[in-house]
Formats: sequence, C-alpha cells, structure tokens
Amino acid sequence: MKYFLTIMVCCLVSAMHGQNCTNSLFGAIHDFHDGSPITGATIYVKTLDSYTTSNLDGSFTVKNVCNGTVTLVISHIGCETKTIDITIYGDTTHEINLEHHIEELNEVKINGHGVAKLSKTTQETRLTTKTLERFSAFSLGDALKQVSGVSSINTGSTIVKPIINGLHSSRVLVMTNGVRLQDQEWGIEHAPNIDLNTAGSINVIKGASALAYGGDAIGGVIVLKPQRIIQKDSLFGKTIFGLQSNGRGSNISSSLTKTWKKGWYISGQTSAKQSGDFETPDYSLTNTGIDAKGFSINTGFKTFEKGFNFYYSFLNNEIGILRTSHIGNIEDLVNAINSQQPLVVEDFSYDINAPKQNVTHQIIKVDFYKRFKKFGRLEVRYDFQDNQRFEYDIRVGNDRDKPAVDLNLTSHTLKSNLKIDANANAIYNLGVQLGFQNNFANPETGVRRLIPDYDKYDFGVFVVSNFKINADTDLDFGIRYDFNTIDAKKFYRTSRWEERGYAEDFQDIVIVDLGTQLLTNPVFDFHNFSASAGLSHQFNAKNSIIFNYGLSNRAPNPSELFSDGLHHSAARLELGDLRIKQETSNRVAGSYHFKNQNLSVHVESFLNHIKDYIFIKPVGTEQTIRGAFPVWEHVQTDALLYGLDLTVNYDINAAFYIKNKSAFIKGRDVSQNDALIDMPSFKTVNMLGYSNRRWLDFNAELQSELILRQNDFPNNNFEVFIPSTQNMALLDVSSAPPTYHLMHFESDITLKISDKTDLNIGFNITNIFNNSYREYLNRLRYFADDLGRNFMLQLKLNY
Amino acid sequence: MKTLKNISVFILAIAFTACSNDDDNPQPVNEEEVITTLTATLTPVGGGTAITMQTRDVDGDGPNDPVISVSGDLAINTTYNGSIELLNETESPAELMTEEVEEEDDEHQFFFQATNSIATFGYSDMDDDNNPIGLKFTVTTAATAGNGTITVTLRHEPNKNADGVSDGNITNAGGETDIQAVFPVTLQ
Repeated sequence: MKYFLTIMVCCLVSAMHGQNCTNSLFGAIHDFHDGSPITGATIYVKTLDSYTTSNLDGSFTVKNVCNGTVTLVISHIGCETKTIDITIYGDTTHEINLEHHIEELNEVKINGHGVAKLSKTTQETRLTTKTLERFSAFSLGDALKQVSGVSSINTGSTIVKPIINGLHSSRVLVMTNGVRLQDQEWGIEHAPNIDLNTAGSINVIKGASALAYGGDAIGGVIVLKPQRIIQKDSLFGKTIFGLQSNGRGSNISSSLTKTWKKGWYISGQTSAKQSGDFETPDYSLTNTGIDAKGFSINTGFKTFEKGFNFYYSFLNNEIGILRTSHIGNIEDLVNAINSQQPLVVEDFSYDINAPKQNVTHQIIKVDFYKRFKKFGRLEVRYDFQDNQRFEYDIRVGNDRDKPAVDLNLTSHTLKSNLKIDANANAIYNLGVQLGFQNNFANPETGVRRLIPDYDKYDFGVFVVSNFKINADTDLDFGIRYDFNTIDAKKFYRTSRWEERGYAEDFQDIVIVDLGTQLLTNPVFDFHNFSASAGLSHQFNAKNSIIFNYGLSNRAPNPSELFSDGLHHSAARLELGDLRIKQETSNRVAGSYHFKNQNLSVHVESFLNHIKDYIFIKPVGTEQTIRGAFPVWEHVQTDALLYGLDLTVNYDINAAFYIKNKSAFIKGRDVSQNDALIDMPSFKTVNMLGYSNRRWLDFNAELQSELILRQNDFPNNNFEVFIPSTQNMALLDVSSAPPTYHLMHFESDITLKISDKTDLNIGFNITNIFNNSYREYLNRLRYFADDLGRNFMLQLKLNY
Repeated sequence: MKTLKNISVFILAIAFTACSNDDDNPQPVNEEEVITTLTATLTPVGGGTAITMQTRDVDGDGPNDPVISVSGDLAINTTYNGSIELLNETESPAELMTEEVEEEDDEHQFFFQATNSIATFGYSDMDDDNNPIGLKFTVTTAATAGNGTITVTLRHEPNKNADGVSDGNITNAGGETDIQAVFPVTLQ
C-alpha cells in the first residue's frame, strides 16, 4: 500500500511583476485517483499566517503574495497534513493532487487522531505491516524490541513480555482491535496472548498519557490495529511461510479479505507455528518447544457516517518450559546456578512435556459508531474475553497428566465514547466504561490455588481534549477516574495467616475456619485518578519537540495481593500481601525530533517517580519437608526511573543507510537508596543497510547489537546451608550476566509474479557468530545459555 | 438508538448470568500428592529396640518448619535394617504415600549421608533395572561413640546410571529434591 501524498506541482509563470506583494496564487486540489476536486481542505499560508479552504471545485486563491517562497500547509480529513513550498513569481497557478482514501477518513474518526500517530503529544512509535511481517514467526515481545526503549522480560525464548521504559506486566496495557487484553497479564511467565499476524500495525505509546485506553498504564500502551479496510470492491490476501533452523521450526500465516464499495467487509486470518527444542551454541535446551495456532474473523460495515464491526479471535499456545529449570529446593537451585550447565540435556525433540503451559485466549467484540453532522461521533463497544490457562508441573502417580494450575478468567467490558470534533481546533473525547471480571481457579488440580476465585468490577470515566493552538502547536489535556472493586474468596493456611500477621489486621474477613485452613473474603475498593497534559510544537520543517506529563494510579493486581505458593520453575515461594496499596506514578517526558533530507534524530527522555512501587524480591528462606526454599515477597517502595531513548537514521546515499537505536535507563529504589531489581541494561543497536530496487527490490541489513552488563542490581544474595555437603553456599540470584554482543543479518527480494501477485523472499540470520550469552532479564538465565545461531527463510505471497 | 438499547439489555443479561452462580463458597483444595511425614524405622539385626527418625511438616509449603524427631540413641557397631514410610497427613485418615514411590521406583531414589563418619549405608531394594530405591536400606554404625547427623534425601527423576549414584553417592544424581531431612543422631 502506498500511503503517502503525491504532490505534483507545475509552475506556470503568467506575468512579470515588480517586487510588490500584490500577486495572487491560484490553486486547485484534486484527488489523485479519479481527479475529482477535493472540497473543504484547509490551506494554511504560513508566510501570511492566513487560512483559506478549497471550494466545491477544489480551487482556492491566496491574495497579496510577495514574490519568493510561500509555505502552504494543506490538511484534509483522511489525508496526512502536508507542507509544501511554492515559488511565487507574479500571479502563480498550482495544481495539487492528493491521494485521498475513504478508509483513512474512517481511521481518523476511529482513533480521533491522525493516521500514523494516535496522539500528537505523546512519545509514540509505530511499527508498520512490513516490520511486523518480518516477525511473523515470533512473538509480540520480539517485534516490539524494534522500538528504542522497549525491551523484554523472558522466560526462555518463547515467553516474551514487553518492557516499556523499565516497566512491564500490569503496567503495560495491550489493546487489540479496540479491546483491552485481559489475560492474566500479572505474571512474568504469562506472555501476552496475541498472535502478531492479526495486527496490521502497532503503535507503542510510552507512559500513561493515553488516558482513553486506561488510567493505569504506568509503563505504556501497545495498540494493535487490524489491517485497514478500503471501501471498494476488492479481494486480496497474503500468505507467509517461514522456516527456522534453531528449533527446527516452521510457521504459516494466511489471510484473505473481501471488501465492497458500499462499505461491507469480511476478513479471515489463520496462523500456526511449531518449533522443537531450541539450541544454544553448546547444547540443546530440552523441552523448549512451542505449538501455537490461532484464527480470527473481522467483519462489518464501514462508511463515513456509520458502521459496525464484529471481531472474533482464537489463540492457543502450548509452550514447553526448559526441563532443567524445574527443580526441587534451594540446594537444587544452588547446584543449577553453580554448575553453569543444564543438568538435563536430551536429544532434539518436538515433544512438549511437563513443565509446560497451555493457554487459550478468545475475544469477541462488537462495536457500532455513528457520526452526527456538525457535532461528532458516538461509539459503543462491547467485548468478551475468555482466558483459560493450564500449567503442568512434573508430578507423580495418578496426577501425572493433571494440570497444577487451571485458571479461567472471563472479562466483559462495555465502553462508550463520544468524540466532539465539530471544531477541529478543539476536540473533546468523553468516555465511560464498565467492566466485570471473574476468575475461577479449578480445585480439581489437587494443588492449592496460586490465585483465588474473585469477582472484579470496574467503572471508569474520562475526558481527553486536543487543542490546536496553531498549525505548529498542539495541546492535549486529559483526566480520568477509575473505580475498581475486587471481591475474592481465598483459602489461607492457618499457619500462613498467622505468620503474615493477618490474624490481627484482617480477622473480620474470615468466613469459614477449617482448622488448618481458613476461607476468607477479602474485598478491596480502589479509587484511581489519572491526568495528563501534553504539548507538541513544530519550530520549523526540521525541528520539533514534545513535552508531556502524566499522573496515574494503578491498583494492585490479584497476584500482588493474593499469590501464595510454590513456583517450581523458579524454586521459590511467592507471597502477595493484602496490605498492598495502589501505586502512583508521576511521569514527565520530553522529546526532540530533527529531520532533514538525509538525517533524522529522535531523542526521547523521561523521568518517572512511582510512589509505593510494587515489586517482588527475595527476602529469606523457609524450611519444608522438601528442604529450604527462597521466599519472594511482593513489597512496596518509592521508585525513580529515568532514561533516554535514541533513534538515528542517516541515508548515506540512495542505496546505503545507517541507523542507531540506543536505550539507557536507570531504576532506583529511593526509600532504600539502592538499585531496582530487573531493570534493562544499556543497549545499542547499529545497522548498516543497502537497498537496490533494480536487483529485484533487494534489501539487506547488517545489525550489531550490544548489551552491556547491568551493574546496578540490588544484592539479594544470601548464604544457605546445603545438607548433602554439610556446607554453607552462596545463593547467587542477583548477579547480572556479562556484556554480550550479537551480529544479525537480514535480506529480502521481491519477485513480481503477476499483475496482482508478488512474492517476497527473505533470508535472515540471528547471532551470526553463534556467541554464548545470557540475558539479565531472562528468568532462565540461572539454568542455561540463550539461543545460538538461527537461519531463517521466509516466503511472503501477496495476492 | 433502539439498537443500543437492545445491546445493553443483552449485555446486562450476560453480566447477571455470569454473577449469579458465585454465591457458593469455593471448595478447599484437596492436596493429594503432598508428603507431610517421613518416618524411617531402624530395627537392629538380631533384635532389640527399634529407633524411629521422623520429619513431619503438616502445613506443607506453609511457613512452619518441619518437626524433626529421633526416638533414641543408636548403638555402636550395630547393623540396622531400615524402612521408610511416607504419609500425607493433610488428609484424614492419613494417606500412605510410600506406594507412590514404589509404583514409580525407577524414577525415585533415597540417598543417605552421615557426618563425622558415624554410620555407613547400604540399599536393600532394587527397581526393575537393578538400581537401588532406598525404601529398604541398612545402617551400620561406627565402632566409637559420638554425635553427628544423618541426612535423608529423596530425589525424583535422578540419573541412576550416573557415576556413583547406584552406590548411594548423591553428587551426580541430578533430578529434583522431593524430601530432605537432617536428623541429629547420638551413637552410644
């Protein structure tokens, strides 16, 4: 899809005049496709600071223009605002052709903002379809790492959770096709249940400024949007097939879309992926395979004035967890960390055995919108989500094939948005949202519930506004209020209840006393206020800045409040705390953007103070009949995060370019005057690219990825007694792995098969030199190295 | 707007259906495979008073430490026949868990270690591959009186063929620790 404005300028000098300012500029704006005049486009004449609009026949006139250069800023609904310079010499005539798409028109309506960016005053990056297609075989978290300042926290190579400016899980909100993903996102080993192949584009918004999506996105918002629908009669599709050497994996994804000129559309998409055990340079990572399958249907009716959308998606992921990471007690953990080699290494296999997880996520969404003349647009949306999560541990006897975790989370959300945009210079978006969520933990597992049964009710209202001060300056303001209440039924061991000191503070919530266990009914209400303010200013064609401030509150998630049990994959006891309060973030951010013909520089900085920041850290050990276990507790502190993200592109000439993406971040525990745990370390990626359209549209890129050792980590190591050796040993759970450097290569060509069909062939290599390394933010770094070299072949057919 | 009304009614209906069945309290989880208690009974060969060593942790993964008890002192220069019994005492009556190990004996092995050279150990049972299990074992005490500890460890999925493992050396065993208890012992 070529989405850009084609400007054709033909200068006609009609007369010669003196150096006075009495010239007229006669212009006409036409649709590139059918030549029809574009009516009602706004033409801002920068030089004169005056506005005019195009007439019914697309024409406009600017009077009293001096000889020289005038700058016009032409904006029209559905078209990207375009700035053009025109040389005036006497009375001058110009014809301007715009590529004008109806679907863009609707896009603007749906998002309330421009096509590429969702908001003008936030730190936002967009990943296009082309970028996403390269990651067809991978996960959302892998693709998002293309954005400077976004990293990931992993459990192996298949469970990848995005981190935005140091924050992840419940602090990062994922929107897919207008639906806020509710998929038990609290856990580090719970990756977002998203098939990347369902997305046409992804916008990443850093910080909590995008209040229309939610008030608690302290880290940021990830907005996935399906492929755009064009209002014309057409049928088109795409198939991607890939092979990967590491893990001997294969993936296929196919989509087909039919659209009608009247506005109807239907689109179907399906994808499947399989991979066996991955490999490090030296050994096989036993039981790390993945088997994923999904499909989605997107259908509806879409015109400028009204429309509706129905969306259903199904995704099932079965993911093996590294066998050697499943261990018994603290002694096994010390042995695993000290041995530096996995204790279990078997031959390659596609089998996925315990420990493993099997997660199915389904989304049903319906929405309707209607536009009212000279007023705005009203939208109502309902979605239902069902998240079924099974986790299988290594068990004995009759329980061998029984899941150890069986959680079913269902969520209903009803939303309504009213956007008042009759005045393009002052746009208001008002919204109200109702949510109900139920979690059911199946007792048939024979394992005590990690997360209890609960009902959760949410209510939210917000107003966001955008003011256009002039063509160069935008101001955004927003406020939001959310009320959450969580009503849980949780069993505590009487011994744990007493050890936590709950007997004094929470005795009134005990409803049944079973002797060794207590059934309790914790009910917590949270009032959350969020606010945002942003400013963007374009100094000139080359320089622009953005400032924004965001206040947000996040209520503790069920894991932070209630978790209570043993995690075998980490050999640790994880404890929540009923006393945990909301955390409050105050984030200020500033961006500077420079762009000229060859060079673009984008610098984003932020400072995020989080009061009562909730995190998990090791606090000691507890003895059981199985031996000792480290105890990890959810605690709160005041945290300060700050950092700088840099993106530089430089076109050396028409064929070669270089790029750099770097991210620096520091996280401090202000109360303890110590480093924060699990903060990404400094990363810089340099790319050298070459493109040649004449060689079958050949593109190649060499990447150098350097990740420095994280030197700022809190020292939570402690000495433990090892019974089988009768010695004390150091349990080193804190130290970060060394600096590592990886080289990658990407290339592709495109063959034109027929008029409407082209075949793109991609060949990529990651970790070219097969380096051994471990990543600080991979939870399996204690047990094994990260992935070795991987050759990938991808065929993409557009038809 | 009529459509909107219909939709809200539909949604409310769903919401109410979803909420209507949560009046009942959830069932407590019956922890079936928990081992709370290990009792090792040591019977002197040729007769005499049996000694029991027990570790008992009735709150499972809860905060309370296991209670460790040894019924008496061991005699010097004596060989004892040992047997191990495993119980789940979270159930009433207590469930015998020894069978779980017996049924999957190729995936389990007990290891015995002593400090201060107060005793040596031997296996008295074998799985189908002629590898030791350790539910039945022997303890031979040293010739001199003294104090020390006996550590009993149950490993799940150990590598029984690794060097020294079938002789009772835990170093190369791998696998996951299911039980680990350290008993203080006096030799007289």
